Amino acid sequence: MKEYTIRRLLALIPTLFLATLVVFFVIRLIPGDIIDQMLAESNAFDADITRERLMHSLGLDLPVHVQYFEWIKGIVLDQNLGKSLWDGRDLTDDLSKMLPVSIELALIALIISLIVALPIGVLSAIRQETRLDYLGRTFSILGLSVPGFWIGTMAIVLPSIWWGWSPPIEVVSFFEDPLENLQMFLIPGCIMGLVFSAVIMRMTRAMMLEVLRQDYIRTAWAKGANEKIVIIRHALKNALIPVVTVIGLQIPELIAGLVVMEQIFSLPGIGSLILESILLRDYPFVIGLMLLMGLLILIINLLVDVSYGLLDPKVKFKR
Amino acid sequence: MDNRGADVQKQPIQIAAQKGFLVSFGLRLWREKPLGFLGAVITLVFLLTGIFAGFLAPYGYNDIDPVKHLMPPSFENLLGTDNLGRDLLSRVIYGARVSVIIGLSATTLSIVVSVFIGVITGFFGGMVDLILQRFVDTWMCFPGLIVLIVAISVLGTGTWQVIVVLGLLYGIGGSRVIRGATVSIKENTYVQAARMIGASNTRVILFHVLPNMMAPIIILFSVRIAAVILVEAVMSFLGLGVPPPIPSWGGMLNAQGRMYLTKAPLLGIAPGVALALVVYGINVFGDALRDILDPRLRGGIGSFAESVKKK
Repeated sequence: MKEYTIRRLLALIPTLFLATLVVFFVIRLIPGDIIDQMLAESNAFDADITRERLMHSLGLDLPVHVQYFEWIKGIVLDQNLGKSLWDGRDLTDDLSKMLPVSIELALIALIISLIVALPIGVLSAIRQETRLDYLGRTFSILGLSVPGFWIGTMAIVLPSIWWGWSPPIEVVSFFEDPLENLQMFLIPGCIMGLVFSAVIMRMTRAMMLEVLRQDYIRTAWAKGANEKIVIIRHALKNALIPVVTVIGLQIPELIAGLVVMEQIFSLPGIGSLILESILLRDYPFVIGLMLLMGLLILIINLLVDVSYGLLDPKVKFKR
Repeated sequence: MDNRGADVQKQPIQIAAQKGFLVSFGLRLWREKPLGFLGAVITLVFLLTGIFAGFLAPYGYNDIDPVKHLMPPSFENLLGTDNLGRDLLSRVIYGARVSVIIGLSATTLSIVVSVFIGVITGFFGGMVDLILQRFVDTWMCFPGLIVLIVAISVLGTGTWQVIVVLGLLYGIGGSRVIRGATVSIKENTYVQAARMIGASNTRVILFHVLPNMMAPIIILFSVRIAAVILVEAVMSFLGLGVPPPIPSWGGMLNAQGRMYLTKAPLLGIAPGVALALVVYGINVFGDALRDILDPRLRGGIGSFAESVKKK
């Protein structure tokens, strides 16, 4: 089990390295130089500027591979993820304010999706072809089909029309004032969670159906075991393995959903930050953020793989 | 004495009338999966609306008429008008055309890319497989939407840009599935037999591997097209899809829907309902298709047995 984890960690490294290369060089391909934009608007943080001086001060006139090494060195040695090219603010500072917002939103979405998807998926499987099953399946297909951003838009406009209510503007930490905080986060979290739950529900149902047909389940029934015990102790644990995979695979989608929801509900999270940075051609922020995202996703995939070790005895006890 | 032989010879052999493939498929859908049939109908209506938008829409999609600002539904404008006096129904119909074009093209491109990458890595294996798989792994690290936003900001907004970017993105993502299918087909006896008698690799791929992958390819296509239509709507919603005045359901939700939801709610409801309905139909149809095409998941006893059971 331990060597399995170590092996997975080692496999992470080349992918991470490739990811940094891809991120760095792909952004360099963007035309519409930020230099031109800055010169056009003349509100860079330096007063009298020429193109050469601007490029030099931003380090953009060095050869590309030198830029790359400087960047990696900055991250590893100084924890400097990047400074904005527009107003010199640090990415790390922005992150410390915005990351908690996005993490909270993502967590709410994840929790809600699991609470909804797992029970409905299991119920749908054990009562197959009944009305409950059809209800569950319809709900899951609706979750896949109805656009989240549409519901989000309605959810923010309609309450203001009907009840004159709109969510608070200032972000309040959950630990300071839970109610105020939840007023902001619960609605987008619910919407994201419901959309997310559709995929998980289908997978849970499909895997439960497959597992329930297995021989060891039939043995458990024959032994006269309680329905609850058979389902939870025997079937569910085995059915969950591919479901965990699917959850891991859907995490990038969750992050993408963050971008849209944060836009609609005006939440200052990393989703809006990424969108803004890309549109402003703010190179350092974009590559810093994309690297962060890539790293997060790789770590989550690693966690998913490690969880196999816990859930699947074939992996746990491999010699 | 024994006249039975004569009788048998006198009766002409009757061959059962062969129904067309589509007809028998449609009947099978109707009987076994009525919901899938509904989905197929919705998909068909959507396709036809998209193709014949020019004929179906009562007005053009950019017939600006400032006098008719934000009018409610009437006989002239069945769904009302938007803030520039354009007929909403026509814009929704033309929006279908945009979704059909982008959906079909991007999905087809993505399938082509997936098959290309998947078959080459799956069939040849070795170093090519290793390197390409690392690249695909890295690619899957980043959320699709973010990559799309970056790509569109590089290339600019526009129909063909969206198609190419979506096609490439989903193509690389879907190559895993095709690769898995290739690897499992490769091990079949008929493939080995073909190679043994000296068939070239190209021939084996084209005539043996590809035709047997049609089921996963069709399933992938149906899943992808729903996703592509939704993602295109999200991109247009964020302002990065097809540029105005070309109506895209996502863009309509963003521009007019948000601003005028209080005064003319249909502006925000109609495109959303259209989107949800179409994606729902495609998903349901795709599900039914998958159930019919994948014998392992079917759980039924087959169409012949079902027809016998009914008698």
